[in-house]
Amino acid sequence: MPDAIFGIPTQALFGQLLIGLINGSFYALLSLGLAVIFGLLNIINFTHGAQYMMGAFCAYFLANKLGLGYWWSLAIVPIVVGVTGVIIERLMLARLYKLDHLYGLLLTFGLALIIQGGFRHQFGSSGLPYAMPERLTGGFNLGFMYLPVYRAWVIVASLAICLATWFVIERTKLGSYLRAATENSTLVQSFGVNVPRMITLTYGFGVALAALAGVFAAPIYQVSPLMGADLIIVVFAVVVIGGMGSILGSVVTGFGLGVVEGLTKVFFPEASNTVIFVIMAIVLMFRPQGLFGQR
Amino acid sequence: MRFKRKLLAVSTALALAATAAHAQISGNVVKIGVMNDQSGTYADLTGPGSTLAAKMAVEDFKAKEKGLNVEVVFADHLNKPDVGSQIATKWYDSEGVDVIVDVPTSSVALAVNQITKDKKKAFLVSGAASSDLTGKACSPNTIHWTYDTWALANGTGTAIVKTGGSSWFFLTADYAFGHALERDTEAVVLKNGGKVLGKVRHPFPSSDFSSFLLQAQASKAKIIGLANAGADTTNAIKQAAEFGIVKGGQNLAGLLVFLPDVHALGLEKAQGLIFTETFYWDLNDQTRAWTKRFAAAHGGKYPSMIHAGVYSAVMHYLKAVTALKSDDGTRVIAKMKETPTDDPLFGKGTIRADGRKVHQAYLVEVKKPSESKGPYDYYKIRATIPADQAFRPMDQGDCPLVKK
Repeated sequence: MPDAIFGIPTQALFGQLLIGLINGSFYALLSLGLAVIFGLLNIINFTHGAQYMMGAFCAYFLANKLGLGYWWSLAIVPIVVGVTGVIIERLMLARLYKLDHLYGLLLTFGLALIIQGGFRHQFGSSGLPYAMPERLTGGFNLGFMYLPVYRAWVIVASLAICLATWFVIERTKLGSYLRAATENSTLVQSFGVNVPRMITLTYGFGVALAALAGVFAAPIYQVSPLMGADLIIVVFAVVVIGGMGSILGSVVTGFGLGVVEGLTKVFFPEASNTVIFVIMAIVLMFRPQGLFGQR
Repeated sequence: MRFKRKLLAVSTALALAATAAHAQISGNVVKIGVMNDQSGTYADLTGPGSTLAAKMAVEDFKAKEKGLNVEVVFADHLNKPDVGSQIATKWYDSEGVDVIVDVPTSSVALAVNQITKDKKKAFLVSGAASSDLTGKACSPNTIHWTYDTWALANGTGTAIVKTGGSSWFFLTADYAFGHALERDTEAVVLKNGGKVLGKVRHPFPSSDFSSFLLQAQASKAKIIGLANAGADTTNAIKQAAEFGIVKGGQNLAGLLVFLPDVHALGLEKAQGLIFTETFYWDLNDQTRAWTKRFAAAHGGKYPSMIHAGVYSAVMHYLKAVTALKSDDGTRVIAKMKETPTDDPLFGKGTIRADGRKVHQAYLVEVKKPSESKGPYDYYKIRATIPADQAFRPMDQGDCPLVKK
């Protein structure tokens, strides 16, 4: 094995690959939620970043107001934020299904701005501290890098959730109903399936995924009103590259682009925030439906 | 209706113009434009707090009683030089703004600096850090008030190299500010016999620093210098703890850390950090009294040194305007330079020909959680750097205004 590749020590490169995968797991989790929502509701959910942020804030409140720690947050936060998603879907989004995608996009984008603005007004922009759970502090010395336990946990947990979601939608009866409903909701309804409720719950589930990612992020990043705004654009690029609405595509591209971005941070750090968009442009040129998209 | 309003405006203008004191105040109002980041990563360090500080200065100056009509407006430049330039041009050309204050984000400040010079207005920098503002980009229309990259490098860099931090790796925000801070700190490190093992430039703003921290770790440098600010710095510090950087024997040097950053990090993570500030609320009775008023009007949040700088700069500006009975930018700045400064927050000071406001700086260390009496009781003052040593000597800045 060579000692160095393009002047970067091989060992350091392994570390960077792993870091890329970890960041990719956030992209995957968020783009998965977006893909589920788009695939089944045809709504481009621009509120996703704000919902991710709400997840982190919700974890902060549980810890500081109610004394409920990280593990409780993992269970409670997705439900709480998911319910706000259900309310948004029932009150607003449900009225837009018959219209062009653009209306849903505008509505959710507006909502995102309002939510972020409200949080910023209340909590400022520098963020709030959230302690790492005791059991997940420390790290493993892998020889080529120091891997914090928490990051290892994030990668395993998000991979498990991604696979489970994929399995439910692509391989179970419930999933087949969902997919059928998007193809022809009238037909599915005539079989006695309550399609509107299913769609509401699907949106709630997508939002819950975003909130869960927020809880995962809280101990690593500052819990800040802006945390979602920075991320959402990248995540959208991930979804576009993977193919809008493709579950597997969003997961695979999420991890893949995390790695690509990680490597860029080593070889050409200044470009690390643009590389994903360059890839997006190239993909759109040669495969407009995305890498895993059909049509 | 329209005619009536016009008539009213004309007659009011005439009435006001009749009082000699206002003869040279453009539009009969001194309009102060606070431009900064109202919504992004630097909003807590500058933002609405700076607007408040400017308003407090106007109030404390008792402008009304002195017959001076002062108005404070503000705008959000989103940390983008093009947005900042647009606002500055609009303010100066069509909205009657006489002076622009604050402007964090050096890339934006450098742009506003040039526009202000072209339009012969006045620019009081508190938020931006690049020492180029009093160096090669110095201007007869600009005063750099609170701090700069040279002062930070000099205060923090020297202290750290002298206590054994001889090898450095820089984690630098990739824009004018980060570059200036890195350059000035590197010079200090080399001058004191240290060496720089490497550097990496991260996009601004960033949220994940793990990859950059890993590179810093691999460099085996004793000190990882954070040439960034705001949320970039707090995130980097937070993640450095996660990656066991300090446990592994390396130390972090936050080259620009503000009180709100420490508050956001919490003492558990911030303890032991050493950095340079030019203002701290708990310096004396006057700073404490002012801070109490500020916090009461700012949702309980304490001021950063940038906020204090805005207050002090606006105060001195209004003094000069009153003395001159004019708000002509170039003349007011010249007057400000020849008048010694004195205010409750920074004490006595001076402004040099290159536009550098000179005052003491403080090398502070963040307290351990056990040493702190409560929120915002965060600093131990390790050393006071006298005014004449805190900033770059005038002959070393290459400022064209200064004859060598």
